[in-house]
Amino acid sequence: MEPMIQARGLTRTFTTRKGRAHSELMAVDAVDLDVAAGEIVGFLGPNGAGKTTTLRMLTTLLRPTAGTATIAGHDLASDPVGVRRSIGYVSQSGSTSPEARAGEEVIDHGMLYGISREQARTRGLELFSQLDLEGLWQRKPRAMSGGQRRRLDIAMGLIHDPNLVFLDEPTTGLDPQARANLWRHIAALRNERGATIFLTTHYLDEADALCDRILIIDHGRIVAADTPDALKRQVAGDLVELQVVDGKHLQTVVAALAALGTGAETEGLFVRARVREAGQSLGRTLREIDAAGIELAGVEVRRPTLDDVFLSLTGRSLREEGETGENAENRP
Amino acid sequence: MTGLHDTLIIFRRQLRLGLRNPAWIIIGLLQPVLYLVLFGPLLKPLSKQLGTSNAYAVFVPGLLIQLGLFGALFTGFELVAEWRAGVIEAQRVTPASRTALLLGRVLRDVLELLVQGIVLVALAYAFGLRASLGGMLFGLALTLLLGTSCAALSDMIGLLTKSEDVLAPTLNSIALPVMLLSGILLPISLGPKWLQHLSDIVPTSHIVTAIRAAFVGHFGMTVVWGSVWAIVLCAVCLYFGTRAFRRDSA
Repeated sequence: MEPMIQARGLTRTFTTRKGRAHSELMAVDAVDLDVAAGEIVGFLGPNGAGKTTTLRMLTTLLRPTAGTATIAGHDLASDPVGVRRSIGYVSQSGSTSPEARAGEEVIDHGMLYGISREQARTRGLELFSQLDLEGLWQRKPRAMSGGQRRRLDIAMGLIHDPNLVFLDEPTTGLDPQARANLWRHIAALRNERGATIFLTTHYLDEADALCDRILIIDHGRIVAADTPDALKRQVAGDLVELQVVDGKHLQTVVAALAALGTGAETEGLFVRARVREAGQSLGRTLREIDAAGIELAGVEVRRPTLDDVFLSLTGRSLREEGETGENAENRP
Repeated sequence: MTGLHDTLIIFRRQLRLGLRNPAWIIIGLLQPVLYLVLFGPLLKPLSKQLGTSNAYAVFVPGLLIQLGLFGALFTGFELVAEWRAGVIEAQRVTPASRTALLLGRVLRDVLELLVQGIVLVALAYAFGLRASLGGMLFGLALTLLLGTSCAALSDMIGLLTKSEDVLAPTLNSIALPVMLLSGILLPISLGPKWLQHLSDIVPTSHIVTAIRAAFVGHFGMTVVWGSVWAIVLCAVCLYFGTRAFRRDSA
């Protein structure tokens, strides 16, 4: 099957200035990407990792410093207009003026893609009903909820029926209900319309729930690319966490877990280790601990998450935000 | 013509948003009208020194230029607000012509200027302005060219800086000296030689002189030079404005 996105060595550097000193910031460093038609691919990484910069290059908004890409059959460098015609882009920052009426914005946007006013209107109303925006055609975005505005942005991005849709952090800032609702709509884009979807996120549960395949980017480089399950399998086992009541029993419990898995460690009254198939092997160890007269305050077994994957790949947790410092995402 | 089609879509959108908030159009009109009403009467007794029988024929061309300069100069603020709302990026990701994205916005500002210019000239006529009809039409035309330049310049700076905090002082520090050196309130010819030489390098001073000449019916080289300046300025601003919309994209 013809790939929808094929990028080779995609690179973007920004020149930053501090006083008189110029320095080059490598925001995206020789990224290779392949996305097949009909895939939902998640682009995962902490803030400042280069997600948005990559997305802006793939959507013709930012010229790559180096590298090539073919998007929906059009060469990015020689035929950016062809690329623009074929893709839909839903940015983080919105797409409509708060003072305009939603329907007017949608029609104008469609007409900029060369479709007629009538077509844009029909298609827009259809999208409004699919995206649960019925009755909001005349509403100003200013008077909409965050979730409604985000769905309006998606309607704007889909007005010309693109086969390839880019979504930049589609659920950031939404409450859990609105997020789950939006996931349903994004999944429907592929399942019902056969669109290819490329979305960025820094939520692991989102990537886990939505995506067929995940690309993990850190410091401008792709550090892993696989299905969510395969990525999680790379992490050695489940995380087992036992809490003892009395600190003097810590060493015994550590020894018991160390015999079972790897990386046993303590923190306060907690003992943690990675254990393969913990569901099968842990019971016996717990009975032994019990038989030794050691009382436990808590037992927890956690399946590996994408956060564990990220941690094992980069040595950092995805949740440790802010430490990335350089925020390349908001550069022009 | 897809460029024209795209321009009209953007123009219509901006017009709709503008009409929804007519306060700005009225505020834009108020400034030259205040000058006309509160400053104009002071000029009447000075007609002799100005070397004219009709002080308004000297003063109104200056007000037109002021309108052209300031009327559209702050349009960049609207653009920054729309950029923040994601509108500009959403437009840039469509296949629309980049020139159209700028020109549609500028055209709305120019239409606004045209209405304000007509009101200004009509009101001045009621106050006692007597000038050649051809001269007044010419004056309006140059005002629109100047307005186009300023709107494009303002949009360009807005798009490059993306910050109201930078935009405001930048525009003011350009517009104020330009306005003073153009001899808008009083003809620069009244001043010392050094001021006149300084004024010669400001394009708008030639435009004002051209409109003044046209108002009294002298369609000579002054008018030609003023027109050339206005057209060149307009072309340069539109070129760089479009480049700002194209900037950095593939």
